[in-house]
Amino acid sequence: MNSLNPTAMPPIQSKGTEAVTEELALVQAAKRGDIGAFEQLVKRYDRNVFRIAQHITQNREDAEDVVQDAFLKAYQNLESFQEQSKFYTWLVRIAVNEALMRLRKRRTAKTVSIDEDVQTEDDAIPREIADWSPNPEQLYDQSELKDILGKTIKGLPPTFRTVFVLRDVEGLSTEETAEALDLSVPAVKSRLLRARLQLRDRLSKYFGKKSSRSNQP
Amino acid sequence: MKCSQFLQELTDYLDGVIDDKTRAELEDHLHWCRNCYVVVSTTKQTIEIYRDSKLYEIPDDLRSRLHSAIMSKCAAHKKNPEKKA
Repeated sequence: MNSLNPTAMPPIQSKGTEAVTEELALVQAAKRGDIGAFEQLVKRYDRNVFRIAQHITQNREDAEDVVQDAFLKAYQNLESFQEQSKFYTWLVRIAVNEALMRLRKRRTAKTVSIDEDVQTEDDAIPREIADWSPNPEQLYDQSELKDILGKTIKGLPPTFRTVFVLRDVEGLSTEETAEALDLSVPAVKSRLLRARLQLRDRLSKYFGKKSSRSNQP
Repeated sequence: MKCSQFLQELTDYLDGVIDDKTRAELEDHLHWCRNCYVVVSTTKQTIEIYRDSKLYEIPDDLRSRLHSAIMSKCAAHKKNPEKKA
């Protein structure tokens, strides 16, 4: 009955891993005092740290501060990096903590923690079942699309945004995301499911076929 | 399989980390349940559109400015390691 065979959909995969040995060599050189080696690590990951910071804080100024503070803290604490995990995962952990701290400062009345329980009874139940056709790229130009994507992800609770950006935008594995956020794997999976479904639901208001909206169950 | 059970497995299904038996049950459900089929398809598009959107790419001039600031702070720390941010 379906025009598109679901079995033909390739699974969502993590992005390829960085060359871990090369990264480790840079970390070890930086630990020995080679600041040029640390600079290579900055160049390698500054785009990622900026994206993560901007997704979490939703504020350009804060994101810029997070990038600077995260790399400086990483440099200052390089000796404590045990090399049992990837440097990038360790760096992400520092950046997420910095970003959440900035967010807390802006929301003085409301505590923001990655551990907070954000579950509600029905936040994983899809409401909009309309298919997206024509696809979003055909409906909107690039600038309009970015505006919609930005507004939509901003509406998500910070804890969900954080899991979504690490797992689905930056391509960390579920285990790496759990390590970076100090969460269990089941907690990451649960938040990721709810984040994905909430984003899908919200985007359906823009991208869903109008004719199908009256046929929701 | 009920739709609620299907949704519980959705993340593992999309990530391709599911055993063959469960995958077969999920895909059997997808063949007759239009709603779940649409949810799978649009959730997958949601992930892909954010991944491909370059939503928060750092502009070159800002990147260069931040890079200089970071390296200058690191150099200062190297000279005077006692002083931490």
